[in-house]
Formats: sequence, structure tokens, C-alpha cells
Amino acid sequence: MKIYVPRDAAARALGADAVAKALAAEAGRRGMDVEIIRNGSRGMVWLEPLVEIDRDGVRHAFGPMTPADVPGLFDGDGDKALGPTEDLDWMRRQTRLTFARCGVIDPLSLSDYEAHGGLTGLRRALGMGAEAIVEEVTASGLRGRGGAGFPTGIKWNTVRQADADQKYIVCNADEGDSGTFADRMIMEGDPFSLIEGMVIAGLGVGATQGYVYLRSEYPDAIDVMERAVDIARNNNVLGDVLHSGHHFDMEIRVGAGAYVCGEETSLLNSLEGKRGVVRAKPPLPALEGFLGKPTVVNNVISLATVPVIFERGAQHYADFGLGRSRGTVTLQIAGNVARGGLFETAFGVSLGEVVNDIAGGTLSGRPVKAVQVGGPLGAYLPVSKFDTPLGYEELDAQGGLIGHAGLVVFDDTADMRGLARFAMEFCAVESCGKCTPCRIGAVRGVETIDRIGQGDASAIPLLEDLCETMKDGSLCALGGFTPFPVMSALTHFPDEFAAAKEAAE
Amino acid sequence: MQPPQSTQNALAETDILAETDQIVSRHMTREGPLLPILHDMQDSFGHIPAAAIPRIADHLNLTRAEVHGVISFYHDFRDQPAGRHSLKICRSEACQAVGGAALSDHAKRRLGIDWHQTTEDGGITLEPIYCLGLCACGPAVLVDGDVVARVDADRLDTLIEGLSE
Repeated sequence: MKIYVPRDAAARALGADAVAKALAAEAGRRGMDVEIIRNGSRGMVWLEPLVEIDRDGVRHAFGPMTPADVPGLFDGDGDKALGPTEDLDWMRRQTRLTFARCGVIDPLSLSDYEAHGGLTGLRRALGMGAEAIVEEVTASGLRGRGGAGFPTGIKWNTVRQADADQKYIVCNADEGDSGTFADRMIMEGDPFSLIEGMVIAGLGVGATQGYVYLRSEYPDAIDVMERAVDIARNNNVLGDVLHSGHHFDMEIRVGAGAYVCGEETSLLNSLEGKRGVVRAKPPLPALEGFLGKPTVVNNVISLATVPVIFERGAQHYADFGLGRSRGTVTLQIAGNVARGGLFETAFGVSLGEVVNDIAGGTLSGRPVKAVQVGGPLGAYLPVSKFDTPLGYEELDAQGGLIGHAGLVVFDDTADMRGLARFAMEFCAVESCGKCTPCRIGAVRGVETIDRIGQGDASAIPLLEDLCETMKDGSLCALGGFTPFPVMSALTHFPDEFAAAKEAAE
Repeated sequence: MQPPQSTQNALAETDILAETDQIVSRHMTREGPLLPILHDMQDSFGHIPAAAIPRIADHLNLTRAEVHGVISFYHDFRDQPAGRHSLKICRSEACQAVGGAALSDHAKRRLGIDWHQTTEDGGITLEPIYCLGLCACGPAVLVDGDVVARVDADRLDTLIEGLSE
């Protein structure tokens, strides 16, 4: 009998290891022959640890499991039985392309990976030639999933056409945005998809070396990725790629706790062993990136989506989506929600449908007050904006960004002025210090919001002015986008900034 | 991720340098070896000993100031040993949405220290962390490299008691 117990960090943080141990012990007591597979997460975090039992090829879900529930699971279904996993509403409503294998396979079994479509895309790419590979990515409409939304194919083409003795593929796995965990989940649940995507990128642009810059806050993902790279190397996915004569190898590099290193030029400096200070652009990393060489810098989800584009064809992928946002978006529903987790769907679903319907409203049962979309640099959107479709341009029109597609839900107890202050404080802590609007502006921002808190209404226009300066004058998104959460809180919840004044009078 | 060790205070400088040479030699063939070197140094010593900085600089043909600049830039690297155990609490928005700030306040009160400080007995170092990727099951903490989710004040007390034993 096969039993699946996720090894995903969220499942482990909710007690999956203890459940796996109890399952093994109980099976031993009963003299049953069970194979416990530590898979990735299906993304239903509120049901973690979510255990699955394979019965005649159908996987039945049980959760959230505790060690005390284990005997019941062997006796019959127990009260944690949820039915077949694929029949669960959360699963049926999704379009899983990037995450098709996540939670399904053993993350560190290359044969399992291949049995579920893995390496099909790479084999196809090997027969295509560099130019055709890049054209395929362009035709898919894939845009950078890290937040900026730059067309991946155009970036690759710039690197492909650059003339250099060495080029690089750098994967940005510095997923520091609060409310985002898609990168972590795919690295822990389907690491070969990222590796395969990086190899295809290497073939497309003529790069032979790749790096994954992975944040130190993700010890589980580091462990899985390092083991997956070893397995890939031992099986010629890396090295002499599938004995094709094309060479590509890669290495996992661990960050050191600096949020700003998620910015691509700062990341490159960090990878080179320097302070993670932002570089001015131009030159673009595509032309002068890692060690001054042409470099593709892509987010984990962008690269992990490449294999399915080659497996099913660019058109299949491009057929999903809305406007210029093609394909699927891997929503991460987080914060104060009844049902949080990862939900992959075509672009265009509305914010309200995600929060109220899919996520089931707040965990506390209180009314939703605001949703921060796109991480700590994203806007706080009030309930009145719930008809906004989730897409790059659509969020931009609301004075926000889709970012890495994390949604953090807050109930009506949220202190919006406090959150605005936190955004400035975070920017001050994490600023690389290179440009003045960010380095000084964030500190002054905290002070100015404190003045508003003490009832000084004259500080409000000052805050607005400061935000304008930071937005226009900062070198990168950290200083440039910190005004989004601050200004959205001020614009949509003005009472909380004015109330401070009345209270002081 | 090993928990920082604070027992190497008495290490002789010659031992530090010998270990530094070994660590550096493991990474010299890498492109951009400084961060991997510093991570290994910290795993070995629990911090980056000041005596090692000129040695690392020498090997990599950098100035001492450059190496110091890198160490001081990153939150992970310490120039002093930490406590025997490490407790990191997520301060990010998703954890704030489910009581993260109150949990941080509780931890500070309970341990009698502020962020970046170590309890008087050298037992626990308390640090903020900005996102563990456990945003759908916050508040989240990292205890000696192990992730724990949905932590409230009682749960945190239990975790802290577990570390004191």
C-alpha cells in the first residue's frame, strides 16, 4: 500500500513528520506492508498535513491529520476522510499546468517525474535549435512570474543574440515577498521541473552554466534542490544533456537573508560574492549580468513553467488567460483566510471570487477589510475593488501590481496605518543603501507616519510628497514600490489616518 | 542549517586560521565563492571570527574592508556568537494578519529581550525573519532551523520550554 505524506515545509511545520512516523509505527504493529512517500503539497494548506492513500490507483485524501488520527485511518476511513483528492472542489476548479506534478509525484524520483510527462519538453527542445526554442517561449506569451511581467521570450532572445564566450542562466529563488510560497512549493514538490526549465533555457540562449539563488529562509527547499541537482547530474539531465552533446550544469547558491537580493541586479552582485547592492540599468543583465556576461535572470515559476510549454506546445499554454496575461497564474492565498494555499488558474479570475469563494473568507470569521496583492510592495485593496480581474495590466490600473501573485487577506481588525508604517520600516531595514530616496525616504516615512499617528494632519501631504519622490527617484522596486502599500492604505482607508488626529485633539 | 554554536569562544587564532584555509580551499574553484565561504564559516564557528577576515581577504585577493562590507550587509552573518538556540519569528504581513505582532511581543516579554538579543543565560537568541513561505498557516517561527506554523502564545511557550531543557 502506498501512503503519501507531504515533505513540504508547510506540512512539516504543521506536524507531517510526526504523522509519517506514526503511520510507519502503526503499519508495523499491524504487520502491513506500506510504502510511505514524502511528496510535495497539493496546495491545500488548511488541510495539511494532508495524507493520501492509494487504493486501486485512486488517491484518497485525509486531513488535517494528527498522529492520533492514524489508527482510524487504518481501521476505516476515520473522521478525517475527504474522499478522492482529485474530486475535491479546490482541485477540480484549477488549471494545473506548472503545478501538474506537485504533490502527485515523489519529488526526488526522476522516473516518477518522467512517468508524469517530465523531460518530454526537454527532448523536444533538443531537436529544435536555439532560435526555435526562444520563438516557442515567445509564442507562449509567458511573462516573468517574479512580478515585473517582462516577456520571457524577449529576454531570452536578447541573451541568445549576445555574442560572448560564456552565458548564464540564473534562477531567482529569493522569494522574499510575504504571502508568496509558490517557488518554495515547486522546489520542494517538483524540483526537476525547475531543472528541466533551466536546461531548456540554456539550450535556447547558448548558456552552459546555471545558478539557483535560493534564500536561506527555505532550508527544506535547499535540501530538496541540492539532492535533485545531484540526481539530475547522475542521470545526464545535467552535464552532457541526455547524451546530446549539449552541455549544461548548475549549482544551488544560498542567499543570506537580504530581501533586496530578490531584485535581479542585487542578486547578481550577491551571487558574485559582493554586497547585494542594486546596479543601475542599463546595462541590462541580459547583456552584462553575472560576472559581466549575458545572463538570463528568471523567477522559479517562469522557469518551471517552460517544460510544460514544450511538452504541450506554446499554443496550448497561450490559450489560457486574459488580454496580455497569457497562461496560468499560481495564486498564493494567505494571511487571514479560511482556506489558504496554492491555486493555479487562468489569468482573469476576480479578486473577490478568489477571496470570498475559493478561500472562503477570513479564518477569524470576521469581515474582510483589505487584501494586499503582490507582496510587501503591493497595494492594499479594499472590498470595493473586489471585481478587479487578476492580471498584470488590471492590477496596474488599480495602482498596484500582481507581483508574484500572493494575496494576503486581512480582517476588520487590521490596523492600516500600522501596516503602512510597517511597509516603510521594512523598506528601511532592507534598503541596500545605494539610492537616497529609498535609504533616507523610508526612515523619514516611518517618522512621518508616526507624526500622523500623533495627530499631526499636516504630515499627510508630506507623506504623499515623500511617496512621489520615492516612486520616481528610487533605483529599484524596493524604494519605488514601497509607496504602493503606503498610498493605498492612505487612499482607501483615510479614516484611519484622520482618526489619529481626532483622538489626539 | 545548523544551530549556531557558541562554544568556540576559546578557539585559538591558529585553529581559526587553519579551519578558514580549509573552508576557503573547498570553494576556491567556484565563481563568486565568498557567500558559500561565509556560510561555511558561520556553520563551523557560529559566527565569522574577526581573525578570519584578513585571511579570507588574502585568499580572494580582496581588501579586508570588502570582506567586512559583505559580512555586515547580510542579516544572516554574525560577527559575535549567538545563543545556544535560535528563535526566529516571522514579522511579515501574512503572519501579522493572524496575530504575528502579538506573538512577537509575547516572545520578547517572555524571554525578557528585544530583537537580536540573547537571553542572559546564553540560551536563546531572538531574531525577526521576513517570511518563511508559510503564509497560509501563520504565525510561523523557525526554531534551530525547524519550521513551526500556526504558533500562538501557548505554543511558543512550549517551544521555548523545549529549548530550555
